Amino acid sequence: MRIHQYEKAFLWLGAVMLVVFMIALLITSVAMGIHLPGRAGEVDPLTINSVAPFDNPGVREVGPGRYEVVLLGSAWSWNPAEIRIPAGSEVTFLAASTDVIHGLHIDGTRVNMMLIPGQVSRNTYRFERPGEHLIICHEYCGAGHHLMSGKVVVE
Amino acid sequence: MSAAESTRSVVLEPSGYSFPENQRRLIRWTLYIGYFALAAGVAHGFAQGLSYANIDILKYFPALRSYYQGLTAHGVANALFFTFTFSNAFLPLLTARALGVPMIPGFLHGALWTVVAANVLVIWSVTTNRASVLFTSYAPLQAHWTYYLGLVLLVVSTYIASAHLYVMLARWRKVHRGKRIPLLAFISVVTYVMWNLASIGVAVSFIGFLLPWSLGILERTDPLLNRTLFWFTGHAIVYAWLLPAYISWYALVPRQTHGKLVSDPLTRVVFIMFLLLSIPTGFHHQYTDPGISTNMKMFHALLTFGVFYPSLATAFSVVAALEIGGRRNGGGGLLGWIRKLRWDDPSLTAQLLAMITFVLGGITGLINASYMINQIVHNTAWIPGHFHMTVGSAVALTLMGIGYWLIPYLTDRKLWGRKFAVWQSWIYTIGVLIMARGLISGGLEGMPRRTFRVAANYSRESWELAGALTGIGGTLMTIGAVMFFVVIAMTLLVGKKGEGPKDIPFAETLIPASKTGWDVKLDRLRLWTVAAVVLVLIAYAPFFISYLPARLLSPGYTFF
Repeated sequence: MRIHQYEKAFLWLGAVMLVVFMIALLITSVAMGIHLPGRAGEVDPLTINSVAPFDNPGVREVGPGRYEVVLLGSAWSWNPAEIRIPAGSEVTFLAASTDVIHGLHIDGTRVNMMLIPGQVSRNTYRFERPGEHLIICHEYCGAGHHLMSGKVVVE
Repeated sequence: MSAAESTRSVVLEPSGYSFPENQRRLIRWTLYIGYFALAAGVAHGFAQGLSYANIDILKYFPALRSYYQGLTAHGVANALFFTFTFSNAFLPLLTARALGVPMIPGFLHGALWTVVAANVLVIWSVTTNRASVLFTSYAPLQAHWTYYLGLVLLVVSTYIASAHLYVMLARWRKVHRGKRIPLLAFISVVTYVMWNLASIGVAVSFIGFLLPWSLGILERTDPLLNRTLFWFTGHAIVYAWLLPAYISWYALVPRQTHGKLVSDPLTRVVFIMFLLLSIPTGFHHQYTDPGISTNMKMFHALLTFGVFYPSLATAFSVVAALEIGGRRNGGGGLLGWIRKLRWDDPSLTAQLLAMITFVLGGITGLINASYMINQIVHNTAWIPGHFHMTVGSAVALTLMGIGYWLIPYLTDRKLWGRKFAVWQSWIYTIGVLIMARGLISGGLEGMPRRTFRVAANYSRESWELAGALTGIGGTLMTIGAVMFFVVIAMTLLVGKKGEGPKDIPFAETLIPASKTGWDVKLDRLRLWTVAAVVLVLIAYAPFFISYLPARLLSPGYTFF
């Protein structure tokens, strides 16, 4: 196949650019350890309220400067709706839905994950500075979806 | 005409093609149904844009019970019905024209009436608020069974149109053994081959789970499995919307601007790459989902960068074709050819502006695909900011631009209001850019998508400007869309009879298809389809093998 030399150059340049992007992704995820949520267990949405740790939603200190937040999403509220943690702490969120699909986004952070009935969502984030962050449900979950919010207070 | 000449063209016989009025009418009506869907979708889009600016006009919509009911209508009408009815009309026409064979009325009738039935079911369920689940239809929000059945019928109509393409191609091949498939037919057929393969996900999800679940036959369903099956189809579906626009950019636009399609074989390679890589990338819509291993997500991320490649190649080819045209029209210097691209032709202007917005759409798409960066933008207003620059303008505006020659061609009427139509594209484009600027900046500040902002019990100051721009841009887009309908309606009513274009604007190629060598193998559609299936299995089998059987845990919820 005859390809014009400019086009050939463009296609090579494009290929190199995409490979560089891929390498950058691999470096940030593997070497720098910035992860996406993955498999973190399963839980029956209909019996979730009696299954540990979801039978007791809230904030727990699990070590010096380390916290675990168990968070339940239900149409149309978060349980707990307010989370207080000290600045500088590393927080692991364990979240799940009791009914339909919800989205958990803590504004201004990379805590952004889907809550899918049947699955446990987990992500860890370090809150460095004091301040307030909105907890927003960002997946449509019914007529009151826009009322499903809460906040994280970093003290 | 000599054989050498014919391979220079994207169609077999450059002259002397015609088809009967009753077939024109079927294609026209298929298009009108799509335009009707677009009009309905745009009306809701207007209200949604304003809602970001904290202006609530929803209360003036009769029978509308919630923002989300309107949003369901917007997505289903614009993204599903408009796009697929257009393809159902456009692809058979192009294929028949390119092969020089007659269309088969039975298939045209079949696809049209199936779409009509789909419309009846979906319109009834959506307007009565029985299906406010948004077009993604995520379980366990449960719609009325008529909604699921209606969408299944829409997909069935695309299968009927696909079968039409395959039968025409098979008949042509019988008489033209050993001949290269004319380029325009090849890329049209590949588009629906890709879509047929991609649609397996929603077919299994809707027929195997959602439909029986909504009928009460299946008591519970598996939300993660349904969602994964949706996104199996859901990324490739955007290419099913985009490729008809690409077909126009590659094979028709060069003619309209007096240029030439640069390379026949490279164009085939690009479409084959879309066939291979469109589907095994679906997990990039599920980066933030639980229950899917991060290794699989990374694998799909890398393949997503792969499927960006044919679009990059397209950028060069399309711009090169335009440059040839611009220089032929007398444009000189490094960039002087751009001004000579016949910006007075509304069909061309619409498509040129669509291409320009698509550059931004593509770049933002690459950002979405970038694995961990997705956690910043996922499900924020950034996402609709991105896709209104892809499907909302690159596709929608291109389809409008095509309409500016297609409707006159099908009715043999002169296009009404050329200047007005040129303005239409500019207003729409400026609108989409302003709106996308608003949504994208709001998204970076955490403003969520799919949210009735007027009534939300939370807000942030930084969303004010973003929301206002979204409202202003959305309003301009609405004006642009209404102008499109005015042009089409006036053309149908008062366009001068007998002065429509006599043929479709197909291009010639600079580097034609070769009769020997390896690029003959590009036409082996079966081989490429098998390769695509293998890639899909590599990308999806590990998930399904480790995940199945389905967790039938969730009853249906109707929280709307």
